[in-house]
Amino acid sequence: MCIFVALAVVSITATTMGAASLSVGESLQAIVAKMLPGLQTTNFADIIVWQLRLPRILMAVLTGLSLGVAGAVMQGVLRNPLVSPYTLGLSAGAACGAGIAIALGISVLGAGRYFIVGNAFIFSLLTMFLVFAISRIRGTAIETLILAGVALSYLFSATISILKYVSDAEVLREIVFWLMGGLYTARWETVILLLPVITIITVLTMRYSWDLNVMSSGEEVATSLGVRVGRVRIIVLTLSALLTACVIAFTGIIGFIGLVSPHICRVILGNDHRFLIPASGLMGALILLISDTACRTLIQPTEIPVGIMTSFIGVPFFLYLLIRKRRRWWQ
Amino acid sequence: MAVKLVVDNVSFSYGGIQALDGINIEVSRGEIVSLVGPNGAGKSTLLKCIDRILKPQCGVVYLDGKDTAKLNSRDISKSIGYIPQSTGGVFPFTIFDVVLMGRRPHLAWRVSPRDIMIVAQALRFLGIEEFGTRYFDELSGGEKQKVLMARALAQEPEILLLDEPTSNLDIRHQLEVMEIIRELVQEKQISAVMAMHDLNLASRFSERIVMLKDREVFSVGTPERVLNLENIRAAYGVEVRVISDHDGKPYVVPISPVNNKNQERLHVEAH
Repeated sequence: MCIFVALAVVSITATTMGAASLSVGESLQAIVAKMLPGLQTTNFADIIVWQLRLPRILMAVLTGLSLGVAGAVMQGVLRNPLVSPYTLGLSAGAACGAGIAIALGISVLGAGRYFIVGNAFIFSLLTMFLVFAISRIRGTAIETLILAGVALSYLFSATISILKYVSDAEVLREIVFWLMGGLYTARWETVILLLPVITIITVLTMRYSWDLNVMSSGEEVATSLGVRVGRVRIIVLTLSALLTACVIAFTGIIGFIGLVSPHICRVILGNDHRFLIPASGLMGALILLISDTACRTLIQPTEIPVGIMTSFIGVPFFLYLLIRKRRRWWQ
Repeated sequence: MAVKLVVDNVSFSYGGIQALDGINIEVSRGEIVSLVGPNGAGKSTLLKCIDRILKPQCGVVYLDGKDTAKLNSRDISKSIGYIPQSTGGVFPFTIFDVVLMGRRPHLAWRVSPRDIMIVAQALRFLGIEEFGTRYFDELSGGEKQKVLMARALAQEPEILLLDEPTSNLDIRHQLEVMEIIRELVQEKQISAVMAMHDLNLASRFSERIVMLKDREVFSVGTPERVLNLENIRAAYGVEVRVISDHDGKPYVVPISPVNNKNQERLHVEAH
């Protein structure tokens, strides 16, 4: 147990240090590269790093963290390894909200940035409450929650298809861009807004680690160990839905991280949520940061959408772990 | 013997389908009570109602004279340990972690040295201390059952509820598990209520047997009183031979299922 704790602590520290030193290293390298043509333009580098790079890096960390934490928690609470933060229809809801805002926004209100963000956020949470309302009728069974989420996803996807179908080229392009997701819109005000929210929700979520551990052995056992299963499930799902909605409203849909980052950490650390939740968050942050950095540096001056990069970097890593793993981490 | 647990007129139905109907049971300190009866008689449901995993629609379960409906779930979990038929989760944990979960009712976040000590003791009591770092899904059925018992033990309960603790076990593991239960009950002066399919193990290891039939208590008493030809035929629909074992406990040898036609014929002959 002591070794396990030590290993967990070291791994977690290593993951953070990896993320931190990498971002510092990359940005330093970028500063040097940018400064080489004219060394005296430190003001320029300052703007590049402070106005463009840092908010974007922080946004990547926050987004990856949120998706990683939400993924670990949702897999745990729904006891299903295929679940991601989007399973309850959150992403489709957000996309639908953003799609409507983009379609209406450009034609009616002009391209209002926060209008799109707000709409995506509200639709995402709306979806979650719909899922809860539906499953409530059947006593919040896990299968009902998942199936209701999947069903609603299809409904929202169909709505997006209609929007795409009826939109003109410019609107269509913007919707498609939003759907692919990206961190190019990152700004300080967004980071400052999200940082406290995400920190608080993550800490609140981690308080339920023990309950999640116990719930993984089944509802009856959890109940007999004094966990109020139904209540914990609703609270924890709401928290992780909030976490997800907060970031995807700004970034669009960034897939894969929420699904795979928990699994990578399960292989490395095991399934104890006390360690898994923070580790998965840090792993998510790490993957997204590496991916996003690759996105904006590989083909200059254009960018590859980050969703493509997360998959290209994350999938081989994940498959490697999958093949190398000594035992089954989920059944 | 002090009365520890009272089940008073408890009824339960699953969405309209009656599963228990007016059950009354008393369990004393230091006593092992077996619930027997055919599939669907309500054994597991009754265990779950006692632990408030299921909330009985009417009737009261008293724990030390206190209505369990008025206790909070954490307090109940400190007094009652429930051992299900062995099931693992989707995401496997190490044995140590599984047993540590038994401390959940007692700890907030931090695991104290005392918790670790209790877990180690529980593992040692079950003779599985060398399994600590192995994973639950790698174990055999008998080993899993012991791990689940160690978890309940780490809970430091006053009452153990066991749902068919010997199903799926080989005969050696069956005896080991039953002896551990007896040892526990005697040593710690706790009580145990177990749902049992094996009438002979129930006979040998329990002070009293409660026979359930059609959602009601059909017969209660010592094994000698409950496990007789007539009761078993009525409850299970099985013809048996009951032998008195060397220790005086009844030993049940099943012979054949009672054929309804045979029964009718017997009725006709009786007339």
